[in-house]
Amino acid sequence: MADTIIYMEGVTVTFSGFKALNDVSFYVEKGELRFLIGPNGAGKTTLLDVICGKVRPDKGRVIFKDKVEIPRLGEHKIARAGISRKFQTPSVFSNLTVFENMELALKTNTGVFSSLVHSISKKEREHINSVLQDVGLYEKASEKAGHLSHGEKQWLEIAMTVLQEPELLLVDEPVAGMTAKERIKTGELLLTIASQRSVIVVEHDMDFVQRFSKKVTVLHEGQVICEGSFEYVKNDPVVIDVYLGRGGEVQNNAIN
Amino acid sequence: MGTRLKENWIYLIFAIVLLLLPLVLSEFRLNLLGKFLTFAIVAIAIDLIWGYTGILSLGHGVFFSLGAYCMGMYLKLQAESLPDFMMWSGLEEVPWFWKPFQHFWVALPMAVLIPAIFAVIIGIPTFRAGIKGVYFSILTQALALVVSIFFIGQQPYTGGTNGITNFRDIFGFSLAEASTMKVLYLITVLALIVIFVLSKWLVNTKTGRILIAIRDGENRLRFLGYNTSTFKVAIFALSAAIAGLAGALFVPQVGIISPSMMGILPSVEMAIWVAVGGRGTLTGAVIGALVVNSAKSYLSETFPDLWLYFLGALFIGVVLFFPKGIVGAFARLKRQDSSKRYLLTEGREV
Repeated sequence: MADTIIYMEGVTVTFSGFKALNDVSFYVEKGELRFLIGPNGAGKTTLLDVICGKVRPDKGRVIFKDKVEIPRLGEHKIARAGISRKFQTPSVFSNLTVFENMELALKTNTGVFSSLVHSISKKEREHINSVLQDVGLYEKASEKAGHLSHGEKQWLEIAMTVLQEPELLLVDEPVAGMTAKERIKTGELLLTIASQRSVIVVEHDMDFVQRFSKKVTVLHEGQVICEGSFEYVKNDPVVIDVYLGRGGEVQNNAIN
Repeated sequence: MGTRLKENWIYLIFAIVLLLLPLVLSEFRLNLLGKFLTFAIVAIAIDLIWGYTGILSLGHGVFFSLGAYCMGMYLKLQAESLPDFMMWSGLEEVPWFWKPFQHFWVALPMAVLIPAIFAVIIGIPTFRAGIKGVYFSILTQALALVVSIFFIGQQPYTGGTNGITNFRDIFGFSLAEASTMKVLYLITVLALIVIFVLSKWLVNTKTGRILIAIRDGENRLRFLGYNTSTFKVAIFALSAAIAGLAGALFVPQVGIISPSMMGILPSVEMAIWVAVGGRGTLTGAVIGALVVNSAKSYLSETFPDLWLYFLGALFIGVVLFFPKGIVGAFARLKRQDSSKRYLLTEGREV
């Protein structure tokens, strides 16, 4: 397991009898941009949940950077160790301004007492502003996050995760509900982000996956059924049978 | 910046008025106002945890009363070497845990520390286990019930249903003197000012923004690397400590503390003050406590049989028509005045 960022072996997750993940082994190398696809209920989000500590597996090992045993750590400790998560629905702090949202994403002074005396340094301020510029929210820095549009909220949350400088970024359906233009912007944003770290993206929109993916993992009923380039998995008979062949679902999601 | 400055002027004028009121108010009214101001301090405590952090505690009567009992024990030991209710229960000596409270400088810090420690003991397991929302509120209600029943049951040590009363003097000054009452009133005003200013400061630090972030999206915050349960325990403890201080100021002015102040009803009432005044503003908490209690005392004097209905109607009215309380209603008026297009911020979850 040379230079893996995530090493997952034999992971099983059960929700009241239902196996969301069934003996899954999954590896991501450092610096990789990996796409996870599969029909609804395949276990994509659960896989991300396991990596970021939201769900603890019943069985199996999850190792981050060859040494950190994920299932033993608390969620906030996993975040501090270098794994960041962008949730499916935009989750930003609506009653704080865009800038304040970003400030909370800084990795400094996250304790009860240190945050009392925290004051933002000039360097941090510049850093925040430059990331905001990258996602196109610089002009809206003093607006309440609750007033942003859906797409803007998504970018703000992505910007926040970038500010965390994670080694691994988990992104759950980033373009759902976005316009075509917003999708392209998001895709390019992800590519830029992925140039400096490993990224795992769950996505339903096949046009988006085709356009921006390098390597794709297909999940079905809690198991990995195929892995490779989009061209490769697209032509896999099993994948066509259980997922891509059911044109309806894919197209619906593409239209959204 | 301009509105901030204007706000500060309003606070200053309000503080000066409060400090000058002893010159004009009757002894009875001043005493009543002093009591209300201790309630305003509790309201600030509840606003910190409910309005800002989004955790509704319906058990603050317990923390308030724990502080009050600490001070009550001191006052009782000043009046009698062996409290009357202990004598009736057949105790011949003051129990060991009462003894330190004969010293004012033990009783006062204890009035703040004991509620805080109690909150930490309750808070750590509940917040770690991720108990929140309605479940936390119900839990604190149960706490209020259990603790008040416990205090009623421990007659020899707590004075049972009657609580602790019949005090004589504080720090050597007679509680029957009008001048002592005036000083107590002024101390209460100062305490309110200090607590208000400290809380204003707190909510404007990064910690304050973290509290708001816990309210708006605790999950998001945890995955940004914050140990949110530690923050929740800390704010719960701080809130309890402030409530305890209010209780300690309440007792010498009112002359009694009994389990009727720690049960479910008074605890819910405390949350109502904040709801009526407006959550998440601190100012609203103070206004709410003063308005509701003034209304309560006016109505109970004027319509002794009906005032509870008025109070209920007031609460329902506020919830229905002014979900952001008095302060929120004023803010809305002001915004309409300046005819600015303004989006109301998202509703806050309980």
